[in-house]
Amino acid sequence: MTQTSLEALTRQAGDTLVVELRGDIDGGAREALGAAYDAAGPGVPVLLDFGGVGYINSTGIAVIVGLLARARADARPVSAMGLSAHYREIFEVTRLSDFLTILPPTDEPGAAT
Amino acid sequence: MVWRRSEPAVPAPVAVEPQPQAPLAAEQPFEIAPNDPLVAYLQAAPGAVDLARLDLDSPAIQEMLAAGVTLAIPLIANGELVGILNVGPRLSDQDFSADDRRLLEQLASHAAPAVRVGQLVREQQVEIQARGRMEQELAVARLIQQNFLPKELPDLPGWQLAALYRPARAVGGDFYDVIELPGGRFGLVIGDVTDKGVPAAMVMAATRSVLRASAARLHEPGAVLARVNDSVCPDIPENMFVTCFYAVLDPASGVLRYANAGHNVPLLHTPTGPAELRATGMPLGLMPGMSYEEKETVIDVGTTVLLYSDGLVEAHDARREMYGSARTASVLAGAPASSQSVIDELIAGLDRFADPGAEQEDDITLLVLRRGDGTLADFKLQSVPGNEREALSRVAAAVDGLALSPERIERLKTATAEATMNAMEHGNRYDPDLYVSIAVRSDGRRVSVSIVDHGGDRDIPTTPAPDIEEKLAGRQSPRGWGLFLIKSMVDAMHQESDGSRHTVVLEMTLEGGSDDADKP
Repeated sequence: MTQTSLEALTRQAGDTLVVELRGDIDGGAREALGAAYDAAGPGVPVLLDFGGVGYINSTGIAVIVGLLARARADARPVSAMGLSAHYREIFEVTRLSDFLTILPPTDEPGAAT
Repeated sequence: MVWRRSEPAVPAPVAVEPQPQAPLAAEQPFEIAPNDPLVAYLQAAPGAVDLARLDLDSPAIQEMLAAGVTLAIPLIANGELVGILNVGPRLSDQDFSADDRRLLEQLASHAAPAVRVGQLVREQQVEIQARGRMEQELAVARLIQQNFLPKELPDLPGWQLAALYRPARAVGGDFYDVIELPGGRFGLVIGDVTDKGVPAAMVMAATRSVLRASAARLHEPGAVLARVNDSVCPDIPENMFVTCFYAVLDPASGVLRYANAGHNVPLLHTPTGPAELRATGMPLGLMPGMSYEEKETVIDVGTTVLLYSDGLVEAHDARREMYGSARTASVLAGAPASSQSVIDELIAGLDRFADPGAEQEDDITLLVLRRGDGTLADFKLQSVPGNEREALSRVAAAVDGLALSPERIERLKTATAEATMNAMEHGNRYDPDLYVSIAVRSDGRRVSVSIVDHGGDRDIPTTPAPDIEEKLAGRQSPRGWGLFLIKSMVDAMHQESDGSRHTVVLEMTLEGGSDDADKP
């Protein structure tokens, strides 16, 4: 397997769980993303930071869909930041963007600091 | 005293300087023509010669006698007359005695080798000075040439351009040029100024500049050459003229319009055989008011066009046989893979042919245009998870330079990665012994990526159109995005199976290739 691993670092920013993603998001990302999601309990909003992600493929999108399905069941709002223009477009054409909030760059935590 | 040897083959005059001790009338050296009978006489004379006693029809003797010379003693070194020791009358007015003569002859025999050494040193100094001047002139000519040849050739998608300029030591007046013209067209120029060195280089520079200016204003190559001819005629040095082939290429259609001012006829190699680009016209600079025949052809895919100067075809081998256009055409017929390899093979062939001991006789200039089949990349990948990343980076490298915006390149990369994953997974079932073949092609209007796997014997899997709400509700698999993404990312996608192989073709229109180029 030459699939690259994904690193998902979690930190708390106010009441939000920030998941800093580094690497590629493909089918192999399921475990790391799931573990990061589990770092906070029901109701805690999740902010996925894609700033360190270089590649997302269709199996990676399936992983994100799986995460969104869990979040919906857990009533945890999910938002995203750090997406490149290309992956913002992909989130739009797949309608992922209808189910997570894509923060404009200026609204991203830490953008003003 | 004679300062210069008289060379029988080269009739140079012999300079004579008066003997300073003798009361000679002449104070400046005078010259003896090499064919003066005195020269031959002194060459064979055993010793001192009384000039007044010689019965020769010699202007030199008359001149020497008039200058007061009475006795001439030849200066012989290595059997050659290198000078004359001229002696005036004795102060006592008496004749020279036998002892006087012996003394003078001894003096002459000692002086002759020293005179010869002096002459050689002087000859060498003159030669070094002349060579220095010549080298300096050649350096100037080379500098002019280098400054007026293109620094780089334009990139024409779907076409290959390569050029070579190999100057002879004496630097001829060859030139070539590729001119960007309005409407995406390109002007191709090759020319040769008769003569060599600085004058030829200057005429070349002037012709090239006039041609560039005319090409920007006039569309038709024949009209361009006529304008250039009229411009260069008044100022071109006598006995100098310029041969020049000028063509205008429309890379999109392959149409090539051309005219020729007496230059070597360019050669073509087409998929159906050899051809030539013949058009009649007088060289530039001979007489004003000339018109130039204009012709048109279409350069098809797989055709190579060779523009060359006579330095190539007129190169000689050790038996003085010329390289010729037949040998040149046979290199083209060998269908070298690229424009650069046409040049490499021509030069390698020429170097094998030419007399290895001889200097290159003339400048060699080659300009090669080839219309490729549009293949930008062609590679295979093992069916191993993750290899789609290799596919997308190689496709991205292949389309670099095409008229595709960075956003559209990203879309093509994603579509390529998804189609490659499908090919590895569904077509080849991730069998590492099976490969996915990927080819990137462009015809100048669109770029296509074909992805071929070994699943042609199976039905193409059909998945329902992804519906994210169904997926989130668990009624549809979270997967199944691949084909949807591919179709969303490219302008067109089609697939076909031939029983063993399954091919997916992704297409993106290049900017300027169609009105709907911005379609997502």
